[in-house]
Amino acid sequence: MNYIGTRSAMPTAILAILFSTTGFAASTNMATTSKGLQAKMAYCQDCHGLSGQGYSGVLPIPRIATQTTAYIANQLLDFSESRRDSNVSVDMPKIHSVSPAMRVALASHFSGLNPKPPGDGPKNLVNTGKKIYEEGIPEANVPACSGCHGPKARGEGKIPRLAGQLYPYTVKELGNWIKERRQHSTNEDTSAVMTPVAHSLNQTKIAAVAAYLSYLK
Amino acid sequence: MKTIRPKITARVLLSLAFFCSMSALAGNPTAVERQYCSWCHGVSGQGYASAPRLAGQRKQYIENQLQRFHEHTRVGSMMWGATVAFSVKSAHDIALYFSAISPKAANDGDKALVGRGRAIYRGGIPASNIAACAACHGPDAEGAGEIPRLGGLSYDYLNARLEQWHHRHDAAAPSPMPRVALQLTPDEIKALASYLSFVK
Repeated sequence: MNYIGTRSAMPTAILAILFSTTGFAASTNMATTSKGLQAKMAYCQDCHGLSGQGYSGVLPIPRIATQTTAYIANQLLDFSESRRDSNVSVDMPKIHSVSPAMRVALASHFSGLNPKPPGDGPKNLVNTGKKIYEEGIPEANVPACSGCHGPKARGEGKIPRLAGQLYPYTVKELGNWIKERRQHSTNEDTSAVMTPVAHSLNQTKIAAVAAYLSYLK
Repeated sequence: MKTIRPKITARVLLSLAFFCSMSALAGNPTAVERQYCSWCHGVSGQGYASAPRLAGQRKQYIENQLQRFHEHTRVGSMMWGATVAFSVKSAHDIALYFSAISPKAANDGDKALVGRGRAIYRGGIPASNIAACAACHGPDAEGAGEIPRLGGLSYDYLNARLEQWHHRHDAAAPSPMPRVALQLTPDEIKALASYLSFVK
């Protein structure tokens, strides 16, 4: 594995623009320095991988590379405001609490990385998964995923890209939707739209879709 | 009588050879290999002094460490000597054997530091950019695949290993650990080592 980090000028430039236009210039915390950003990126990489490719260990850690910038930033916000929590003995809100400026910079950095998809789902489920992804399951009230996530599962804005996501991660998310999301009862976010969809899917169908997605570029 | 004895002897020898080879095929290390490890790691693989517990450790992790010691890519002069006769097959057998033994928790950390250690284990220290250990090592420090089980390892071993990385030794380890441990302070290391020594 190559452990030499990549320096990206883009997040630093974004920070510079943010601070000059929004008056954050007075603050001297870590978010304002390029060194602080580099350190924070390395911190994210420790779990999400050097290229943001994710890692399938005891827990499936998702791929964040190529993810939409708005979605990454939104999830970081959701974690820090406890609207999302994996409900295991890992303090996800604490781990993901970063400043608003840092959220944008990190999201931009990882969004721009593009390692190859994991292809870790069972190959024999891919065709079934593709059909569900593109056509939904009308008799089970499951809409076509492609309708919101796009024909190539690339997502847009706050709707996440699903293409190239780790198989065990997608399986876990779809199988545990309300256990993880909508933790904040009065201040819900856009993830609520997935609740009925996840509810209408069963383990077999989830596995098929997840397998299909793990191979998509 | 003369003809029967050699037949029996031959049969016994053949059976022995057969069972030995069968047990080798099934992933059992030879008695010699097992004794060689238990000299330091304890008869039941539960660890002794600076030699960590191998019982219940992830087999892929054990195999990888044996390989690294053999190639001298992991520091540890004692283990360099122990792995001179390394072979992929014996590493596989040894790893399989020890991984199947039920681990016993060392319970030898500082109880007063457990609370702090648990908090660091579960949430990391974001202000210092220290990743939460639980994210990779698991909620119960059980590990998986190439990621080692930490639960119940001895305080001395955990403290020494984290300090090793903190002082920039073993910086070539193919994992985030050298970087993560570099950021930890000695007090935080003690707290983590204490907490983990009690985890079953």
